[in-house]
Amino acid sequence: MQQPLDQILSEHSFLKGLRSEDLEMMAGCATMVRFDKGDFLFRENSPADRFYILRHGNVALELHSPQGGAFCVMTLGEGEVVGWSWLTPPYRFQFDARALDLVRAISLDGSCLRQKCEEDPHLGYELMKRFATVFAERLHATRMQLLDIYGEEKSRKGRK
Amino acid sequence: MSTAKAPASIADPMLPFLYRVKGVKRETRDTFTLNLEPGNGGGLGAFRPGQFNMVYVYGVGEVPISISGDASRTGVMTHTTRAVGTVTRVMEKLRAGSAVGLRGPFGTSWPVDRAKGQDVVLVAGGIGLAPLRPVLYHILANREQYGRIVLLYGTRSPSDILFKTELQKWGGSFSMDVFVTVDRADRQWHGNIGVVTHLIKRAPFDPLNVVAMVCGPEVMMRFTAQELVRRGVNPADVHVSMERNMKCAIGLCGHCQFGPRFVCKDGPVFTYDYLDPIISKREL
Repeated sequence: MQQPLDQILSEHSFLKGLRSEDLEMMAGCATMVRFDKGDFLFRENSPADRFYILRHGNVALELHSPQGGAFCVMTLGEGEVVGWSWLTPPYRFQFDARALDLVRAISLDGSCLRQKCEEDPHLGYELMKRFATVFAERLHATRMQLLDIYGEEKSRKGRK
Repeated sequence: MSTAKAPASIADPMLPFLYRVKGVKRETRDTFTLNLEPGNGGGLGAFRPGQFNMVYVYGVGEVPISISGDASRTGVMTHTTRAVGTVTRVMEKLRAGSAVGLRGPFGTSWPVDRAKGQDVVLVAGGIGLAPLRPVLYHILANREQYGRIVLLYGTRSPSDILFKTELQKWGGSFSMDVFVTVDRADRQWHGNIGVVTHLIKRAPFDPLNVVAMVCGPEVMMRFTAQELVRRGVNPADVHVSMERNMKCAIGLCGHCQFGPRFVCKDGPVFTYDYLDPIISKREL
């Protein structure tokens, strides 16, 4: 028998510590979804009206160019949050998110939650704290990738 | 502070032993492995995983290179390195039968004995997988003595993945978990993309009963150690292989001084509780 959604949400590390009434409300904005390999969770520039918490499978965040095709900037896996553009204007997804294999996720209604956060600053702050951690981690990872730390090593204090 | 101690003495640590190249294997576009055997009989003593030799190309120069082979195989010395400077670029072109000089083995080693009975997580970045490979050989040969074994490996791109065949073998076995990630890739790559630290959160090990060993670019090692500690690993259980410019390898010349220690004889393997206050200091 499937667990109730509010219980699944309460057990997830990303939402741990939220008030039970907030979890219950979020469960009302949530649905379980499934994507097959190759399906898109969302496309770049489409309305960012939702975000996902991955329960199984892997997702590629991609940017597409006509000359180069799709370029993957990061892959995300089980337990991770996909999509934060629901929080920031103009509320449009910045990347494509494509399922690399079978993906099962919890889809949360971003538009609904945005409205709830406006009405309840406590909830808004709690969600913002959690997403701020995600922003910081992803920004740090991106900077590390940009550094190309495995590339041609410059001489430190001597040459080999 | 530092892990398993360096050997008490080497007959004359400044005198290289003659070795002959048995074979040179191209690993990636800029990385190769040298397999060496003693030229005159004898040779260096046994090494422990994590130690390094000073490899001398006659008439060109000498460089420190970690030993990347199996410590249980006596006689043969294996070194994997990138061709990035004068000496290694000449080394890359050596052929079977070429002569090199070896001094060593030097330095402290990975804590393979201390890790018995615990989970082991190895985090390697780029060429950093080479000094960790002897650990894998050892613990897989003594598998029953260890808990879960996890290898997290990050590198620049799929074409830079080191020891591909072995990685596939290790990942396909039931003896350990292998997770590989690259910083960038084209559509042909179907694996993880992102920094290796990103893999730590989901890696299947018990942070309260684990020994972690980390090797790679220093920036990567700093953030890897921090992420392991954030996950709950005791800093004294995180072991990092430092690299500094080494010349004498026996703590005399001072080139590898790192704070109050010398990387060549007090390291290269240090625990993170010792390193944490000093590893970010750019002056060191």
